[in-house]
Amino acid sequence: MSCIEQMKYKLYLERTSFKDAREYIEKNSEEVYYVDPGYKIFKDYYIIGVPPVAMGVRGTEMLFTYVKPCHGTFVMGIDSEEEIARLRENEKEKIKKSLKSGGLKGKADSGSAPASFSEMYKK
Amino acid sequence: MSEGKKALLVMGCPEVPVQMSMVIYLTHKLKKSGWDVTVAGTDAAVKLLKVADPESYYVQKTVDLDELIGNIVEKKVDFDVCFAFMHSDAGMTYGATFSAISRARLFAVVFGKNAEALGESIDYPAEKIVAKATHNPNPLKNKIDKVAL
Repeated sequence: MSCIEQMKYKLYLERTSFKDAREYIEKNSEEVYYVDPGYKIFKDYYIIGVPPVAMGVRGTEMLFTYVKPCHGTFVMGIDSEEEIARLRENEKEKIKKSLKSGGLKGKADSGSAPASFSEMYKK
Repeated sequence: MSEGKKALLVMGCPEVPVQMSMVIYLTHKLKKSGWDVTVAGTDAAVKLLKVADPESYYVQKTVDLDELIGNIVEKKVDFDVCFAFMHSDAGMTYGATFSAISRARLFAVVFGKNAEALGESIDYPAEKIVAKATHNPNPLKNKIDKVAL
């Protein structure tokens, strides 16, 4: 059993599908971040999920999916400024990596981009 | 040729009877071909397995599912091939997790009443073995027997 079940948590959705849980987080969070399956939270819980795995922030609460093989997916909320800060830091690192590998530059150089403002207005 | 290679069987919720039968069958089959086999599951699934095989004749290595996921993420262990058994959305979600964290060649073993729809919902890299089997293991066994490793 993960330490999460011994923490003070709120359940927002119970025994649902992973897809519905992801949509709930996307619609009910002030900030949404996407992590890979296996992202570690609260010392010993590794997120189970179908990518992209949504994690939400609502005030001081972090919303995330919790999957149990016999019971389906739950949307849980736990107050944790520390985990929210880690989530934001993780996102910054992803952007840095993307910039280093030319991800955003690649988009800017796209051949489909208009060459001038006049061309843009024609569209 | 498979000597020393590591295989993982991931059990989903044990409520559908064919799963336990197929896990024991597939473990036996893989071991006979030289594979080093580990079976992962929830506490309940592992208990069912141990009661069915009290002297560990068929299955020697078992591991808690969530603990194993942590060990794969932390790169303490990994496998060459993984058979993820699933008959529900939660099982399919666990399969997606193994697809993302492990370098193993993944087989999604889909069974149960809604096997076809569940099989179609799998959009992550996995080779699908799909059979509408709940009580009779033979439709699933026949498909597993065709897998070439």
